[in-house]
Amino acid sequence: MSRQSLAKAHQKIQELAWEPQYHEPYMKYGTDYTFRKASKKDPLKQVLRSYFPMQEEKDHRVYGASDGAIRGNMFRQVQERWLEWQKLFLSIIPLPEISAARSMPMLFHVVPNPELHNGQAIQMIDEVRHSTIQQNLKRLYMNNYIDPAGFNNSLRNFQGDYCGTIGRQFAEGFITGDAITAASIYLTIVAETAFTNTLFVAMPAEAAANGDYLLPTVFHSVQSDESRHISNGYATLLMALSDEDNRQLLERDLRYAWWNNHRVVDAAIGTFIEYGTKDRRKDRESYAEMWRRWIYDDYYRSYLVPLEKYGLVIPHDLIEESWKQIWEKGYVHEVAQFFATGWLANYWRIDAMTDTDFEWFEYKYPGWYDKYGAWWENYNRLATPNGHNPIVFEDVDYVYPARCWTCMVPCLVREDMVTAEVDGQHRTYCHEVCRWTDVEAFRPSYQGRDTPNMGRLVGKREWETLYHGWNWADVVSDMGFVRDDGKTMTAQPHLDLDPKKMWTLDHMRRCPPLQSPNVLFNEMTDAQRAAYVADYNQQGPAGRPAPTSA
Amino acid sequence: MTATTAGTERPERSVPKPQFTDAEAGAREFPDSGPGARRYNYYEPAKRKQTHYEDVTVDVQPDPRHYLSQGWIYGFANGEAGYPLHWTKLKAWGVDEPEPQRGPGSGGMQVKQWPAHGWHEFRDPNEEWEMTFYRYNANVVRQVNQNIDNAREGKSFEQWTPNWVRFVERNVGAWMHIEHILGLYVFAACNRSGPTNMHNTAMAVNSMHKIRFAQDLALYNMTLTEEIPGFDGAAHLDAWNNDPAWQGARKVTEKLTAVDDDWGESVFATNVVFEPLIGELFRSNLVMQAAAQNGDYVTPTVVGAAEHDFSARDLRWTQACFGPLTQDREFADHNKVLMQGWLSDWVPQCLEAARAMQPLWSMPDAKPPRFEDSLDRAKNRFAAIVADLGLETPKELKQ
Repeated sequence: MSRQSLAKAHQKIQELAWEPQYHEPYMKYGTDYTFRKASKKDPLKQVLRSYFPMQEEKDHRVYGASDGAIRGNMFRQVQERWLEWQKLFLSIIPLPEISAARSMPMLFHVVPNPELHNGQAIQMIDEVRHSTIQQNLKRLYMNNYIDPAGFNNSLRNFQGDYCGTIGRQFAEGFITGDAITAASIYLTIVAETAFTNTLFVAMPAEAAANGDYLLPTVFHSVQSDESRHISNGYATLLMALSDEDNRQLLERDLRYAWWNNHRVVDAAIGTFIEYGTKDRRKDRESYAEMWRRWIYDDYYRSYLVPLEKYGLVIPHDLIEESWKQIWEKGYVHEVAQFFATGWLANYWRIDAMTDTDFEWFEYKYPGWYDKYGAWWENYNRLATPNGHNPIVFEDVDYVYPARCWTCMVPCLVREDMVTAEVDGQHRTYCHEVCRWTDVEAFRPSYQGRDTPNMGRLVGKREWETLYHGWNWADVVSDMGFVRDDGKTMTAQPHLDLDPKKMWTLDHMRRCPPLQSPNVLFNEMTDAQRAAYVADYNQQGPAGRPAPTSA
Repeated sequence: MTATTAGTERPERSVPKPQFTDAEAGAREFPDSGPGARRYNYYEPAKRKQTHYEDVTVDVQPDPRHYLSQGWIYGFANGEAGYPLHWTKLKAWGVDEPEPQRGPGSGGMQVKQWPAHGWHEFRDPNEEWEMTFYRYNANVVRQVNQNIDNAREGKSFEQWTPNWVRFVERNVGAWMHIEHILGLYVFAACNRSGPTNMHNTAMAVNSMHKIRFAQDLALYNMTLTEEIPGFDGAAHLDAWNNDPAWQGARKVTEKLTAVDDDWGESVFATNVVFEPLIGELFRSNLVMQAAAQNGDYVTPTVVGAAEHDFSARDLRWTQACFGPLTQDREFADHNKVLMQGWLSDWVPQCLEAARAMQPLWSMPDAKPPRFEDSLDRAKNRFAAIVADLGLETPKELKQ
């Protein structure tokens, strides 16, 4: 369809816009935003007559490449270090995608722009595409990669393991609470416009460098839909900005959405890219460099800052703070270390870092070795069972961290940890912004203004709580992370598939019981809690004990 | 000039170096290396063998009664979270069993026998996922486009009788609004509400058919405006907004979007009641019957594509969704009473709207079958659908 006829076609389908005459649609979802002065434009200009053949053509390319990968024996050259992390990533990502589809009707109900609903409906269809095409990619990995364990039970695993729930924010945040906060600001304005760059562009490039060209094939195809979704978000944002009453809420939601995306996406994707790769060329970009390019320059400076002139209050301080977390405070390295510390609670294998990796890290992040080198050497030393326990129980200068109640990533930059007593419970937070999110933002009033539609943080937000006091063999069995011989663990802290070098439930049985930091924290007296926090804030980097208690 | 001269070597490019890793299936033997480990093992297939559709769909939307051990982590202001099962009054076995109550030291309390309740037994018989729905819909739009292009090249629109031109510009045009509203504000709107990923994906696919057909009609209308002198491309708006023959159908259509917080009723009322009594009445029993006699072989092909969407696909998943609920091992009676109530509520409204459309049967020069005969066919079709679902034909159908 030519551009001219597409424009005419789009103009024609605007005649479908519906103004109810007899019955108003049932309004299931609510928002505290108002759209009294909003102009009504659809920036997308997509019609299904051209959309379906376009998507079919993209599919042909994806499935052709999949076929080629199998015929060309791609799995003889994929790096196991890389593909193991895909067991986590591909467990999580189909849920955010399908959640994005489910979030679109929330916008139909609250955004009074029938023209825009067309774009939102097409986004809904796109998201069903993304979810199922990613499930299919995982299925292909399961069938053709050397170790299917972890792929084959991924949708059971990530719903119950100790870091999968972190990723679930990147799904439930789209579909719950205030419809605009969830489906527009969190999903389209921040997650899709900013962080899909690292998810769907930077990470696939790293996959290709590790011998996997299917991930780029699928995810670049996915990313090609995102520009349309970004247009949806932008149009809704401009509508919201035209009503001054919304600006306070926009400021709140941008702060929450930015910070939560940073905490969750940078934790996961940063770890995959930095610790899942075997490509240690000095001139390949580090995650920090990618972040600077894709998020700081492309999103913050090119997209967000220009919106300031329309009255949007940009969280400049949080963007700079996020960069500081990544560049100065080692956020990604702390997260990767935590994932590896708890390898026994996962369902994939985590490779140790070698001298080649050390050299690269030191080059890209000067000072890295002094902070993290010794711990990774210990990880390597303790990788195969030899009379010792997993690293988390051994004396390697690492204090198991408390969880952040809001983002659920542990409080890894120890000096930043803060606490609050909320709803009769003592909670720890990784940063002041996460405390603010729970204590102030996700509440029925905000800065004196009623916000009756704002969502709530609910659920058992600390994984360790559920298994407090349990023997580790029972924990792993309960989660189902056991291979088909009934005793060998799915997870391993190395890549050697020699059964004699693999950890089993017998090794777990002799470990100390699991202890929940949050349960213990709540059992303390106020004085003990204060001392705990003071000590905690002195800990690190790399989880080292506080100097006074070392 | 790109030629290289002897003695000058191009510097080595910095690119990743492929390495032989031997990480393909079967390269080593170890626990879980066998073919038995190469299947998604967290759900039970509906039949003996897992299907591709099931693999990419089942349990992507989690359930606290299955593996969601930490529960939903974001809630609405009223405390609801995730996909509450009470977002329809229909019930499937097991839903009244309490959710696992997890807390300190409880463990994950994962499901011992999958599935935890009957909603998870639903499978879309069309087995729709992204590969299938793009292929299907791309084929439909290609078919529709080719038919219209052929007609245009063959000057076939010149054969239409003047009254048929008026009929198409007003009434076939008015129908696009119904498809659009149902697509967006019933099916797409409900795809947030269903209890499983299979339900919500089926609703999303159903919505695509509707929205696509609405656009097919709008663009067909645009082509006719260009091809037929005097064809009024805006007449459908007048018919939709003002013609008494359309106001009944419009009223019911709008009411389908206004169902009070029950995705089950919205979908049931639309696909089980509205579609056969009004949708097929108009599309199959009027437009497709009358067109050829009035010189039009094109419109039936455009409308026929949507007719196939409904009769071969949308109705099929609807029957697979609601039929088993009338046989449910725990809630069959509850569901039957509920659905019979919906029939009693929606059938009279649809029949009233259908009768309001009767003047449309008189418009074409070459007359279609009598309205009463068309309505009887629609009623018979409806009664057969209801019987297939295990429900009684409502007495209101005799009105």
